[in-house]
Amino acid sequence: MTTIEELQAKIAELEAKLSAQNATARNKIDSMSAEVVDSNPYSRLMALKRMGIVDNYENIRLYTCAVVGVGGVGSVTAEMLTRCGIGKLILFDYDKVELANMNRLFFQPHQSGMSKVEAAAQTLRNINPDVEIVTYNYNITTTDNFQHFMDTISTGNLTNGPVDLVLSCVDNFEARYTINTACNELNIKWFESGVAENAVSGHIQFIVPGETACFACAPPLIVASNIDEKTLKRDGVCAASLPTTMGIVAGFLVQNTLKYLLQFGEVTHYLGYSALNDFFPTMRMKPNPNCEDRYCRKRQEEYAAKPKPVKEENVAKTEEKPLHEENEWGISLVDESATPEEVPKSVAEGLSYAYEEGPKVLRDEANPQDDVNLDELMAQMKSM
Amino acid sequence: MVDEGTRKTLSNIPLLTTKAGPRDKELWIQRLKEEYQSLIKYVQNNKSADNDWFRLESNKEGTKWFGKCWYIHDLLKYEFAVEFDIPVTYPVTAPEIALPELDGKTAKMYRGGKICLSDHFKPLWARNVPKFGIGHAMALGLGPWLAVEIPDLISKGVVSYKEKANS
Repeated sequence: MTTIEELQAKIAELEAKLSAQNATARNKIDSMSAEVVDSNPYSRLMALKRMGIVDNYENIRLYTCAVVGVGGVGSVTAEMLTRCGIGKLILFDYDKVELANMNRLFFQPHQSGMSKVEAAAQTLRNINPDVEIVTYNYNITTTDNFQHFMDTISTGNLTNGPVDLVLSCVDNFEARYTINTACNELNIKWFESGVAENAVSGHIQFIVPGETACFACAPPLIVASNIDEKTLKRDGVCAASLPTTMGIVAGFLVQNTLKYLLQFGEVTHYLGYSALNDFFPTMRMKPNPNCEDRYCRKRQEEYAAKPKPVKEENVAKTEEKPLHEENEWGISLVDESATPEEVPKSVAEGLSYAYEEGPKVLRDEANPQDDVNLDELMAQMKSM
Repeated sequence: MVDEGTRKTLSNIPLLTTKAGPRDKELWIQRLKEEYQSLIKYVQNNKSADNDWFRLESNKEGTKWFGKCWYIHDLLKYEFAVEFDIPVTYPVTAPEIALPELDGKTAKMYRGGKICLSDHFKPLWARNVPKFGIGHAMALGLGPWLAVEIPDLISKGVVSYKEKANS
């Protein structure tokens, strides 16, 4: 039997532990400081300004990203953005944390059984209380939730406007297609990301409705994994995963998110990763004028009607002085970016479509069946 | 790609023509009628081929489907509840068929008991939008899944025969 004294001692011990934990959590910080002191969580990020990489780092606080899918890629993505001090994160997932997820980063065994969004929010708020975190624990692909998802991403930013980016970190075609539908309709830019079920390849893709190919413009792309399909065994399992591949893809995703939001460097439209041979294909895909998604076609028309800004040459800022004065061996760089707009038949080296497209059937309005009654059909089916 | 039996079954399920999802209001009603007609024919086919293996019904809106499927192994009937939602992007994306009571009992499942489909399913589905409907998803997805997984689950003792399932 435990005595009252023992229990009291236990309580005191737990209280001490709890207060120690709370003591390490920091208070909110009003504005990002560039001061280089040990106690400033933003000093190394603000240093990007001094180094001339980013002009306006503190603007990151103005931005909102929606992260759809808080699994192996999404949770790490959310953590990176939280540590970078993003303004607001909206997390969507309907799954629970399980011990089977522990081969991936971020979640911890003691969070098993919690919803992924709740567990993630807890950790993220502790890491950086300055980030506003909102969570939704539901499946976006069902009719009940889809409208709420649309409303949330179109009014969810810090000033009740649309989010700046949607980051798709989901693990299935249906959810990607759903995000694509919503973003085309709402005209919201988004990043698609994915890791192959064999865990040795992945990709990110930047989708600007009307301007770059959307997810419905062509069959999904596959990064060649250089594995003979016949030797790829699938016996008894659906999917494999590695923390490495997922971490790398999350890194690519957030890197390009930061480049887009803070306007530095170039945002890659498609970046693939093949782990077995460390091959990183990149490319750019124009939208399909016959895309099945009518909002994609509408966005394409809008984009075509928009006057294009003349691309400023980036020479102004870079020094013209040759990097190597002498060139004893005659080494020169060959420009491989000659025709970035063209989509070759084979997509790009190391990339192929998941399957060949079937004949496109647009909405068929024929075949009216007014003579049959739905209730009768339902009853007939039920009585079988 | 698909075995001869499945191919034959598929070819006897009426194809659909209306490309509409649950967000399309009136056109969705039309699609729903076609879904029901196609399913009724498919169940009739199964009955006359002495291979009756599922029943389905939906809510009024046709967005949530539920029912049962069964599999005969060594003359015993093993029955399971089936359920799935019609995704907002249907019929471009197929429904994700789930057998909730087997959730966690096999690796060939995603969370919530959604069955893990073969690599062939999605390409075949994508090439047949909007002709394939719920009946095709059952024939191409759940049917082959049960045929492979249930005998295996029975042999492992994960699934056992329940007397009252024999209704």
